[in-house]
Amino acid sequence: METFLNIDYPTWWFLVMGGVFTGYAILDGFDLGAGALHLFFRKEQSRRIALNAIGPVWDGNEVWLVIGAGVLFAGFPKVYASVFSAFYLPFMLFLMMIILRAISIEFRSKEPMAWWRRMWDVSYSLSSATLGFLLGLILGNLLQGIPIDKEGNFTGHWLYFLNPYAIMVGITTLALFMMHGAIYLVMKTEDRLYAKLTILVRNTTIFFSLCVILLTMYTLIYIPQLTNTIRENQWLFLIPALMVLAVANITRQITKRRYIYAFVSSGVTLALLLILVAVELYPSIVVSTLDPAYTLTVYNSAASTKSLGIMLTFAAIGVPLVAIYTTFVFWTFKGKVKLDEASY
Amino acid sequence: MDVEILSRIQFAFTIAFHYIYPPLSIGLGLVLVIMEGTYLRTGNKLYEDLTRFFIKIFALIFGIGVATGIVMEFEFGTNWATYSRYVGDVFGSALAAEGIFAFALESGFLGILLFGWNKVSPRVHFFSTVMVFLGSMFSAIWIVVANSWQQTPAGYHIVGEGMEARAEITDFWAMVFNPSSVERILHVWVGAFIAGAFLVLSISAYYLLRHKHVEFAKAAFKIALVVTTASSVLQLFLGHLSAEVVAEHQPAKLAAMEGHFEASAPADMYLFGYIDKEKQRTVGLAIPGGLSFLTHQDFETPITGLNAFKPEDRPGSLNIVFQTYHLMIAIGMFLIALTLFACYLWWKGKLFQQRWLLHLFMWGVILPQLANQAGWFAAETGRQPWVVYGHLRTSDALSKAVTAEQVLSSLIMFAFIYTLLFALFIYLLNKKIQHGPYDKHDFEHNPLQESMAAQLGSK
Ligand code: HDD
Ligand code: HEM
Ligand code: HEM
Repeated sequence: METFLNIDYPTWWFLVMGGVFTGYAILDGFDLGAGALHLFFRKEQSRRIALNAIGPVWDGNEVWLVIGAGVLFAGFPKVYASVFSAFYLPFMLFLMMIILRAISIEFRSKEPMAWWRRMWDVSYSLSSATLGFLLGLILGNLLQGIPIDKEGNFTGHWLYFLNPYAIMVGITTLALFMMHGAIYLVMKTEDRLYAKLTILVRNTTIFFSLCVILLTMYTLIYIPQLTNTIRENQWLFLIPALMVLAVANITRQITKRRYIYAFVSSGVTLALLLILVAVELYPSIVVSTLDPAYTLTVYNSAASTKSLGIMLTFAAIGVPLVAIYTTFVFWTFKGKVKLDEASY
Repeated sequence: MDVEILSRIQFAFTIAFHYIYPPLSIGLGLVLVIMEGTYLRTGNKLYEDLTRFFIKIFALIFGIGVATGIVMEFEFGTNWATYSRYVGDVFGSALAAEGIFAFALESGFLGILLFGWNKVSPRVHFFSTVMVFLGSMFSAIWIVVANSWQQTPAGYHIVGEGMEARAEITDFWAMVFNPSSVERILHVWVGAFIAGAFLVLSISAYYLLRHKHVEFAKAAFKIALVVTTASSVLQLFLGHLSAEVVAEHQPAKLAAMEGHFEASAPADMYLFGYIDKEKQRTVGLAIPGGLSFLTHQDFETPITGLNAFKPEDRPGSLNIVFQTYHLMIAIGMFLIALTLFACYLWWKGKLFQQRWLLHLFMWGVILPQLANQAGWFAAETGRQPWVVYGHLRTSDALSKAVTAEQVLSSLIMFAFIYTLLFALFIYLLNKKIQHGPYDKHDFEHNPLQESMAAQLGSK
């Protein structure tokens, strides 16, 4: 097998994929979270500011999902095929919510009537929350493993995805996004809205911490195999330890009013969570609960070495480019939100 | 109905809906680049107003294009799992390249395009416009490459057998430049230019008919007319190139396009007609030997007909292929005539005096849309029964884990939400057009308006 820096191509691609999904979670995470919190803001002016805080960037953030799905399709086509067809209904719901959310953002400001705006506010907020929850739900299912047969076809019941553990992961993800979104909004707002948001940051942080504690206990008791890697390699305990520090740091930075650092901290929390997931799963991606032999790993589900080599080159050229103009766009819109005639 | 037919309907419906928007974005993007470029070069405020107005329209279209596009990307995995495993190597890399190189570019700079007027300099803003336009052109490249590979596979070999079989890349550039990709990308691009520019024509014609924003509308109309005319004429040649590729690589599709049955005989070219599948003949108005002439420059050369193929290897819906193909060509010819005639009137200085012509331009916006859709329907139904031409059948490409009930429910859901989406789109588009390029207070407080009108009037 071809390697680069002693790491084989499928593993490299697993890392690229992890990087892209982490980027997605950090970026779209805050705008989904901000959306989920939307109904907490009461005044029209506050809602407009909250919406325009994500206005110029949410679409760019969503592209990371598009890239992520492309990266999965390209690198691990069998995983893409198995997972997407296994969770047909949640994915269809996901797509519907993506559409609903895009229309809500787009259409809300186009009419002045109160009922019109309220209607889109509700659909914007519900769709954002549902998206966060569904992402977690699918992650939760993957963590436990799913019944796939020899050819990678799902054999479970169509409501399989609604199991308690997955729901728990879904709620935790949503909580994390809400915290992340609240911190982002604090950075972008002033005055009364800002004051309100500082309270929201505190509450969402507490909510998230509770969720994580519950989820950890659940995992330890019911799905102990998910902690195997970490038990065998004690130094990996560094990851959850760092996570605790990162969460604690959020509160510390908020009290010191250094919101950028708080935001970075919650981004780091997100990244650490996903790293933990990756560490526990690797080299499997989709564990089969029917027979370990059917499990899709980075090796038996990868595209050809040739194709991976080409795409790694693409990624090496493309990802820095994307990072450059993402930074440029965020830089352009830095600072507190000011409404003008182009705003939503 | 079974999973196969439902999945096909769902795919056709969702992609056809998606494809309303990208051509508009691509074509409008080109027009915006021209408008804003003119503004930067001349400093004439009129062109800034043009740019600002059409960017608002662009934003609306783009938003829906993105939302419906994500659906497409997921659908390969949800509904066509076997196909996804089969083509992952080839198709996935094109799709990933599209995400990394195209979508990120356009969506990143879109923020600046829409919200950056007061944040960046005019040059940087123009740069963003160009980037968004280029991004949309690139996305067309990659997705059409992927589709062309399905039509005319190249640069790959098949490994494994039966359900395990899959295509692996052997030569990346041969895969990208497969026999039909260049011709088809060009044809798709130019089709998009026509669609986008025609929207500008239509809106301007509407203003002119109402005597509203007259100078504004005239300037927009002229830019868009140049783009549409050049593109329409070019499209005839590009379409012909595509047809030659089809003749060489997909003879069964070509035979279906012209309703040609005899296994080997000179073939006619129909202006219009109808395929009688039972009696294996085509009735209609034909140029005898026309197809032979177009493909081989000779009226007598035999063309492979449908009967040369086993029944299970022929496209199923012959009439769809035939009719949509002819609709596209008829519209193409009509657009050439229409735009050339308008240019002639322009040259005579009488362009804006014919009200019937303006009416035609106003309603004509539907024509390029129809032609684009018809072209894809012809190309895709003509590819049947294959998903990957000659290798993988559509009926083998499905998701094994998905049931008919599931597809039916998602199909109903899409029908519902897309209807809503489309109604809102039309409503808001209309509203933006009614609102016009200027805010009310602009009219009252902005003397620039009058000076601008004076400037243009003196030209
Ligand atoms: C790269 C892939 C790709 C691209 C760019 C397109 N399609 Fe396609 N299309 C497919 C990949 C595909 C497919 C996945 O291969 C389908 C699904 C089932 C099938 O037979 O082919 C298909 C089927 C399909 C059908 C149904 C044909 C049938 O079942 O008889 C229609 C009408 C279209 N497409 C129309 C379009 C339109 C309007 C497009 C314009 C954007 C388009 N396609 C782009
Ligand atoms: C099945 C095929 C297709 C898939 C999977 C697909 C996928 C997508 C996705 C995921 C997006 C959203 C990207 C974003 O977030 O910015 C999108 C938008 C877009 N797509 Fe498609 N697409 C398909 C067909 C096409 C075709 C045939 C074209 C052009 C010829 C095209 C051109 C575009 C453009 C220009 C956009 C940007 C949004 C817009 O302008 O409306 N797509 N597509
Ligand atoms: C004027 C004469 C025209 C000719 C001879 C022509 C020819 C063709 C042919 C042969 C194909 C099938 C290619 C394939 O299956 O690989 C095709 C497809 C297509 N045509 Fe046309 N066309 C014409 C005009 C137009 C116009 C005016 C438009 C749009 C405004 C258009 C849009 C399309 C599209 C979107 C496709 C599907 C994509 C593709 O397969 O390339 N065509 N055309």
